[in-house]
Amino acid sequence: VAITQTEKSVSKTISTQAVRRIKLKDLLGKLIVYVLLTTGAIIFIAPWAWMVSASFQPIGKIFDWPPNWIPETFTLNNYRKFLKAEGFFRWVLNSGFLAVIVLTVQMFFNSLAAYTFAKRKFPGRDFLFLAMLGTLMIPGQLFLIPNYLILLRSPLFGGNNILGVGGHGMLDSFWGIIIPYAFSVWSVFFMRQYMKGIPDDLLDAARMDGASEFLIYWKVVMPLCGPVLAAQAIFTFTFVWNDFFWPLIVISDPKLRTLQLGLALFVIKNRTVWDIVFAGSVISTLPVLLIFIFFQKYFIRGIALTGMK
Amino acid sequence: MAVTAIKKSNPFSHRFRETLRQMRKSWTAYLFLTPGLIHFAIFTLFAVSFAFYISFHKWNIIQPDKPFVGLDNYMRLFEDPRFLRAVGNTLTFMIGVPLNLASGLSVALLLNTKVRGQAIYRTLFYIPVVTPLVVSSIIWKWVYQGDYGLLNYYLLKFGLIEHKIVWLANPDLALPALIIMGIWGGTGGTMVIYLAGLQSIPEEMYDAAKVDGANALQRLLYITIPLLKPTTFFLLVTSVIGTFQIFTEVYIMTNGGPLNRTTTIGYYLYVNAFRELDMGYATAMAFVLFAMIFVFTLLQWKFTRGDVEY
Repeated sequence: VAITQTEKSVSKTISTQAVRRIKLKDLLGKLIVYVLLTTGAIIFIAPWAWMVSASFQPIGKIFDWPPNWIPETFTLNNYRKFLKAEGFFRWVLNSGFLAVIVLTVQMFFNSLAAYTFAKRKFPGRDFLFLAMLGTLMIPGQLFLIPNYLILLRSPLFGGNNILGVGGHGMLDSFWGIIIPYAFSVWSVFFMRQYMKGIPDDLLDAARMDGASEFLIYWKVVMPLCGPVLAAQAIFTFTFVWNDFFWPLIVISDPKLRTLQLGLALFVIKNRTVWDIVFAGSVISTLPVLLIFIFFQKYFIRGIALTGMK
Repeated sequence: MAVTAIKKSNPFSHRFRETLRQMRKSWTAYLFLTPGLIHFAIFTLFAVSFAFYISFHKWNIIQPDKPFVGLDNYMRLFEDPRFLRAVGNTLTFMIGVPLNLASGLSVALLLNTKVRGQAIYRTLFYIPVVTPLVVSSIIWKWVYQGDYGLLNYYLLKFGLIEHKIVWLANPDLALPALIIMGIWGGTGGTMVIYLAGLQSIPEEMYDAAKVDGANALQRLLYITIPLLKPTTFFLLVTSVIGTFQIFTEVYIMTNGGPLNRTTTIGYYLYVNAFRELDMGYATAMAFVLFAMIFVFTLLQWKFTRGDVEY
């Protein structure tokens, strides 16, 4: 009996030692994880944080060496200058207007098409759907020139006659951004995948009650699509707000510039006014950043759902 | 009567009429699709065919005369040193793709160890992704600035360099500098998609491996990475396609220089189309770009997709 007692106590000390060792190892592991993550996060956020900090400093301080991470003299003057500088305020409004319009138009047309592909049976459905998906691999650059020419030659727009000759068409107007962006096959695809999951019984019940197809789409299907609509709305808004390439091609009137376009051309033209540039950068980042922070759940889910960045 | 009977017995005409009947019955479906189909027909189908047509012509928008030149635009590409340089540069940009994937996966793995404040870390790594590319380019222009730039300050401070370097004006450093900026802007997106992939791996697989005595490294190499293969494939394809089209940062930060060292296909195409107004040539370039993307995607499909099953 005495021997087993000692054996037990020996094995007990060994096991507590082992447990302690494991705990220590875990703790060390955790510590390394936190150190790595925090270092990484600081490096990733630093350039961005510097932009925010610089936007609140007078221009002389921005050029200080070593850099002032925390503003020594805090000022809102850069923002005031930004809003007064030629065009900027207008460009903010332009961007907001375009993003909201494109978002609204796209959500309607995309969801209408997605509903039809997901829930209706009709001759040619699969062919049409696959034809659309098949074009997704084509890079945007291929559409650049033909779409530019199509906009230029749109009949009865921008001084063009019925044959599309004489004026600048939809170029140099908001039409040139809204119309090409009015429909997106990507969005249709992801909305369709989501709508497929809605049980047909619900639709059939509405049909029995004599609801029209439009009513079924609008009153039965759409209210059930909250998450995918939210994700798509966020994605479209972000895309249009952040877009640079297409406005660069389409817009030449300074009054019609979007914020990204205006800011980029301003930086290229004025190489020294970093105070205004940083204030402008913060403002042009703000809307999407706020959406991201407040709707993170939808944002992340949308990315996971669609793989779009 | 006899005539109807013959018509009915003809299976082709029967099927045709049946289809017509169904089409008439589901007219609302076509109505709902009409706006999308018109848009698709004009801005996708017609656009691609039109581009194909343009690529065989000398197409300068201010010249009324647009002669057919056959394959000339395509042949010129292979003799144009600036285009070949742009292809080389674009392929060099691809170095950023595996780096971006590795960096996103590392952050995702660290975040997936049930750390506290996961949401905060995730937000911090993701902020560069929601930052407009125009703004990122402005920020990094400052980071790489020679006299006041943040990078030079810290490299000098830690003794890693002896003199200030003008990063974006140095022919050997401008392209790597843009690649690093790309990793900064891309890691967050890769991380989020990898996190979703990691969360779909069942916990039991790790438990089973632990019972069998597999250590953390073995679990990573033999469970996590193989099971993430579909995610990796997806990210690889989309990142390569994205890299093929790099434009904005080049336009704002370097203008394709110094010495054309950062001229990408996307940038050179823009220059040809809208500065030189040589739209036939630029369109031919777009088709070559498309062909390259197509081949790359097929290759990736062949080499990574084959053993994705689990």
